[in-house]
Amino acid sequence: MLDNFKIWYHQGKQYIPDVTTAQVPGIFRGRPVISEVKVDEEALCALCPTRAIQAHPVAIDLGRCTFCGECAFAFPKKIRFTTDYKMATNERERLMIREGQDEPITLNESLVRKEIRSVLGQSLKLRQVSAGGDNSCELELNAAGNVNFDMGRFGIEFTASPRHADGLVITGPVSRNMAEALDITYAATPDPKIIVLAGTDAISGGIFADSPALDRSFLDTHTVDLYLPGNPAHPLCIINGFLSLLGRTRPKTPKLPLTPLGNLPERAGEQLPERLQGRQV
Amino acid sequence: MMYVSVKNHQRIPFSDIPVTEYGAFRELILHELMANPDDHCVQYFGVPMDGGIRLIVCVARDSNSDIRISSCQASSENTYPSCAASKPALEKFEREITELYNIQFEGHPWNKPVRYPWNRAMQEQRMEQYPFYTIDSEELHEVGVGPVHAGIIEPGHFRFICNGEQILHMETQLGYQHRGIESLFLKPGSVLQKATLAENIAGDTAVGHTTCFAHLWESLCGFEPSAQLKYSRTLALELERIAIHTGGLSAMCADIGYQLGNSVFGRLRTPVINFFQQWCGNRVAKSLIRPFGTHFPFTPELGQTLSAMFDRYEPDFLEMCHELFKLPSALSRFEKTGVVSLEQAAEIGAVGVAARMSGLCRDIRASHPDDLYPELQHTPIVKHHGDVYSRTKVRKQEIEQSLAHIRQLLTRIPAPEDGLSASAPEVQAPGPYPHSGHAFLHQSPAPAPGMFVLSLVEGWRGEICHCAITDPQGALVCYKVKDPSFHNWLALALAVRNNEISDFPICNKSFDLSYCGHDL
Repeated sequence: MLDNFKIWYHQGKQYIPDVTTAQVPGIFRGRPVISEVKVDEEALCALCPTRAIQAHPVAIDLGRCTFCGECAFAFPKKIRFTTDYKMATNERERLMIREGQDEPITLNESLVRKEIRSVLGQSLKLRQVSAGGDNSCELELNAAGNVNFDMGRFGIEFTASPRHADGLVITGPVSRNMAEALDITYAATPDPKIIVLAGTDAISGGIFADSPALDRSFLDTHTVDLYLPGNPAHPLCIINGFLSLLGRTRPKTPKLPLTPLGNLPERAGEQLPERLQGRQV
Repeated sequence: MMYVSVKNHQRIPFSDIPVTEYGAFRELILHELMANPDDHCVQYFGVPMDGGIRLIVCVARDSNSDIRISSCQASSENTYPSCAASKPALEKFEREITELYNIQFEGHPWNKPVRYPWNRAMQEQRMEQYPFYTIDSEELHEVGVGPVHAGIIEPGHFRFICNGEQILHMETQLGYQHRGIESLFLKPGSVLQKATLAENIAGDTAVGHTTCFAHLWESLCGFEPSAQLKYSRTLALELERIAIHTGGLSAMCADIGYQLGNSVFGRLRTPVINFFQQWCGNRVAKSLIRPFGTHFPFTPELGQTLSAMFDRYEPDFLEMCHELFKLPSALSRFEKTGVVSLEQAAEIGAVGVAARMSGLCRDIRASHPDDLYPELQHTPIVKHHGDVYSRTKVRKQEIEQSLAHIRQLLTRIPAPEDGLSASAPEVQAPGPYPHSGHAFLHQSPAPAPGMFVLSLVEGWRGEICHCAITDPQGALVCYKVKDPSFHNWLALALAVRNNEISDFPICNKSFDLSYCGHDL
């Protein structure tokens, strides 16, 4: 028993106090910025493995981008990846980053269905469906709930059964062999329910977009409530995406009744101790 | 000679592979290629050729690092006596050939569909009609699990036949994750597209599969990788092993309801995958491994960061392991649960951790080494009980061994050569790649025509095999991928027999097999 306490003590504090301002270490490739420098745009488009780049004017579709960074190595004066991980949105069009644009990606508030915030705002239980996912987005969705990122503090968790869930998080390009199971899982989820696409593969098919082994008809007939770009999506992108969908980003939620753990990141205007500020994760 | 011997990723003209008729081919496989206990089939597949199907078999001999290859011409109009009937390790290869080309093998123990690929020969075969094994009895009941499971995990269907709580038989139906990867490799496209495909075969083995692809592609193009490249690949493979094994231990603790182990191992994985991000900008090391070069050479500064990270990781890791492996409630769940005997492991051709846990020493790092492994003189960790405990212990000791390998590597970080350094002087040209060292993917040589290459890499799960054939113009006509899970799913089915169904999750997690790597 004492050994257990010793181990517990040795871990120190592992959780990230504020997941909305935490910085990612090293050379994370988040939201790109495209300058207005003139380059060979055909060459730029041709080198992208998933044809995520358009020419005249240059634009990058984050729903197709694998964040490999090849374009930034080839044209460093044209394209630069920032460490901004807040790339989630609910409108497909907003994943298109255009030349000269350097603003944060936000949700289109008019597209957020009312019942999402009124019914699911304080507690969101999700069922994950991997439909051809390569287990990297699955790994990051799991990591979002671990002791470091601790998404559970916001009442956002994954459930074992779709019948207990408020929505589906889909990973993978939706393989034909998984299409029916996805339909059945969605039908088993009670209303109101949301659909979240995590990762480039889910949003556009990614590198598999042209494969004859896919069946993406589910996505043609259902409305997507949240896109989480990335290859895989980073846990901070995932958590911040959910928070903004639920309207729980800092400025809007000073009066929310919160659990003690949930209080930390949400106390509006509170100054965190210096050692916890901007902590790397 | 009815076969040709090659070394790991040695390229040979395709015409050097002898073609025989099936009778002699079968005799050769059964009595010569797979005669020794250390012989294991790494690939056996069909390619449409000369109006029929060319069957190509590749068997690795661990004792002398040889891979022996032979072939025969077959057609879907004939039936052939099965090799799997006497060598069960070949069962899935034959099933795959039947599924894709409708070549029937007589006497195959259970020639069922493998993954329902989009280009299967019999399009009328449907996922929901999989011919599960059944036993007609009033005493027994069946339990179906999946494809959607309780956790955040990939899809697959498990069908149990139980006598009360006890599992008599378990059968796995896979294919839900099929994305048509092998056919996407054949589409004309850039090297970057192919590398991106390779790193998306199994996202938890991005380094393993992409390294295997890079070796193969460089060999096809006649390119010898630099010391820096070999170094960073070896280091990345060992880092990936530490990261995923640590996560695996966390999940094993979760499956026995041991919260402390689950949390501690879970958080210990974080700094390891975060190091990948510091190195290459991606937590699962996507974009790190590329053929011909790397955008992210390993620098002495990275070495210091890594070393400092492991100085903090190791004491916490060992402390937690010490506690876990003396905890009676954990040991009672691990010991003698899900046993696979040495005979079974050898018979089904298990690889990687699933082989080494029951005394079968099979490790490409030792038997067919490449990159810096010959210098590291890797000695595989082998356990003998074949139970969950052995699989857990192999993981723990492999993490310690990988730490030792990495510490050894950190004492001799190679200088980033010219053309690889990110700080190369900037050329004032307006065109692409002002830092000339980053253009390696676009100045690369083309694959040689009419070649055959087979590449083996020991990923954290076990042996990964990629295989390619080029046509007279140098374009790919065949690309085969084999994840270690292709062999090891059968080991799980054997392990759970006579166990309680409540022990299935811990058995499943102890093997930690890939669904997408199998389904492709």
